Amino acid sequence: MNGAQDLGGQHGMGPVAPEKDEPYFHAEWEKRALGLTLSCGAFGAWTIDESRHARESLPPATYLAASYYEIWIRALEKLLTRHRFVSSAELAEGRMLEKGAQPKRILTADMVAGVLAKGGPCDRPVAEAPVFAVGQRVRTRNFNPETHTRLPRYARAKTGIVEAVQGSFVFPDDNAHGKGENPQWVYTVVFEAQEIWGDGADPSLTVSIDAWESYLERA
Amino acid sequence: MHDHDDHDHHDNHFPDMQARVKALETVLTQKGLIDPAAIDAIVETYETKIGPRNGARVVAKAWSEPDFADWLSRDATAAIASLGYSGRQGEHMRAVFNTPETHNLVVCTLCSCYPWAVLGLPPVWYKAPPYRSRAVIDPRGVLEEFGLTLPHTKKIRVWDSTAELRYIVIPERPEGTEGLDQDALTDLVPRDSMIGTGLAKPVGAGR
Repeated sequence: MNGAQDLGGQHGMGPVAPEKDEPYFHAEWEKRALGLTLSCGAFGAWTIDESRHARESLPPATYLAASYYEIWIRALEKLLTRHRFVSSAELAEGRMLEKGAQPKRILTADMVAGVLAKGGPCDRPVAEAPVFAVGQRVRTRNFNPETHTRLPRYARAKTGIVEAVQGSFVFPDDNAHGKGENPQWVYTVVFEAQEIWGDGADPSLTVSIDAWESYLERA
Repeated sequence: MHDHDDHDHHDNHFPDMQARVKALETVLTQKGLIDPAAIDAIVETYETKIGPRNGARVVAKAWSEPDFADWLSRDATAAIASLGYSGRQGEHMRAVFNTPETHNLVVCTLCSCYPWAVLGLPPVWYKAPPYRSRAVIDPRGVLEEFGLTLPHTKKIRVWDSTAELRYIVIPERPEGTEGLDQDALTDLVPRDSMIGTGLAKPVGAGR
């Protein structure tokens, strides 16, 4: 979706302002936000793609004003109510009011090390051979779905070179919306800055994206 | 399906994030859906066990052992896992090597993708709009804000982490480090050098 999350090339966001010796957390609630997000993710009720879409679907003014842990919490509330684990009334009152859905799995302290070590690999086999080869010129498609996609706006309808065939992976554009994993080949496609940014682009700059096969067509 | 977004418009119920998150944790705990001790264990893991020291060890080994560097370039996931670093947000790793000709910089313009298994949790600036918006269009300007001015003869390659591959930059080995062992080399590899917003430290830096 063309939401606030699609930030590549936007202007006016201000300086980066790196913080010297930055702590991992800037407030206690950020620690809980991390733990809650991972704990609820362990329910197995939604995919990482659905959670990314929940974050990018926040109203743009909210998204841009929020810290990332705040984005996580606002999206988590949305996911928990969507999947009926909690109600809006419970969130507003801060206490249990009714029995909700039950998850497949509840993350307990003894499971944490194993779950983090296992991660969530999302490479999946596909039957077909890759359509594109290393060194081939390709053009990204132009589309503007209201649904989830991982092709940034700045890289749509642009011509680049396939630099690597990275394997086959779950297709987020489908998986975010419960339409199945439908894995596709993923390619690293590299663009000259001139192709993306046009006049005045840094001639020494190249930018790459990792693109699912259906994002690409022969150039 | 109704997403119940409406409570987003009633922030007066939640004067600050501390209260909002506390309310959420309370509800989930009362419903038996979470174990607060699991949250403590997650936080402790990322505060004490998984951080940029992991990545620095990968870099030091790559500098010291050409065979490891070669493995890292061909199959970073396996090479990094051989040091015990794998799992969440490190499932599919790629290592990109700085050279005298090219400097690499990693960003996630669409969200906050970051190689947790080798670098730990990302810094705030990595997840925030200024870095995410500008890294792909004005990387030299971004690097200036980190105090890094690259010569214009140096090419810049920006990697936008749009899929599930997670990138670690292998910075150039500083000059004058030939005699150092891997522990000493590890001390020369700051987090930012593995994102590309910095370089490895010269020998004797900080003395």
